[in-house]
Amino acid sequence: MHQDWIWGLVGGLMIGAGAAVYLLLNGRIMGASGILGGLIDGSGRDTTPERFAFLAGLIVVPPLLVPLYKVVDTHVSSNIGVLILAGLLVGIGTRLANGCTSGHGVCGISRLSLRGIVATVFYLLGGGLALVIARHGLGLI
Amino acid sequence: MRNFTAFLAGGLFGAGLLVAGMVDTAKVQGWLDVFGDWDPTLAFVMGGAVLPMMGVWRIAARRKTSYLGLPMPGDFPQLVDRNLVLGSLLFGAGWGLAGLCPGPALGALAFGGWQFALFVLAMGAGMALTPALRGLLQRLDPPPTGQDDA
Repeated sequence: MHQDWIWGLVGGLMIGAGAAVYLLLNGRIMGASGILGGLIDGSGRDTTPERFAFLAGLIVVPPLLVPLYKVVDTHVSSNIGVLILAGLLVGIGTRLANGCTSGHGVCGISRLSLRGIVATVFYLLGGGLALVIARHGLGLI
Repeated sequence: MRNFTAFLAGGLFGAGLLVAGMVDTAKVQGWLDVFGDWDPTLAFVMGGAVLPMMGVWRIAARRKTSYLGLPMPGDFPQLVDRNLVLGSLLFGAGWGLAGLCPGPALGALAFGGWQFALFVLAMGAGMALTPALRGLLQRLDPPPTGQDDA
């Protein structure tokens, strides 16, 4: 538990390396919601194969590393209502704001983008409020 | 080549999320829950990703095309508007409720069980609904400049 921050840092560097490859080689910003959303609403039609290739790497590579761990516990909720509501909110919110934790967070903050910084402030605020109200206020999660 | 490097970028991203423990919803919710047993891991993940990317943006700024000869991103929108703020609040609320954002939800899709599949399905539905919602917001409250922010 106390070494979690070291693995956080190592994983963060790997995430940064992914963003660097996508920017310097593909000339694209690595934002998970935008890459998927562009395929879903058709706005990314001219870069379809590249988007599929990125998503394939994101979906296929982590399971290959899972056997290195004794357990990968996701502690994910099994409440169907919570999962559907949260998924809808994440889908709508990230597309309305044009970015999520990777696009606005990692890529936007590092570019010192005002939009990226403002988005990060508000999704942290929204996340903290929703969690504290749902957990400590309503006892839902 | 372009698709191979995109696959590589996605793989590094996913592997990093796994190594960092970001597919563990308890860690994400532990960071957001300032009244609970607070978990600072997410700050180290962000720091590890953001600091090297600052240098990468300096390299990117000097280039007209990428190392594969592709156009670099440009003409970034500057406007902080309603959709950015409202969208980020909604996204954050979903992130807090489930402890999942799009990257880790997709990264753990293949091994995380039905919960991840259901979340990703709902997220995809939300993404499909958003263009219509954008249009609705635009009609209800058009921006003074008459421009869409997309």
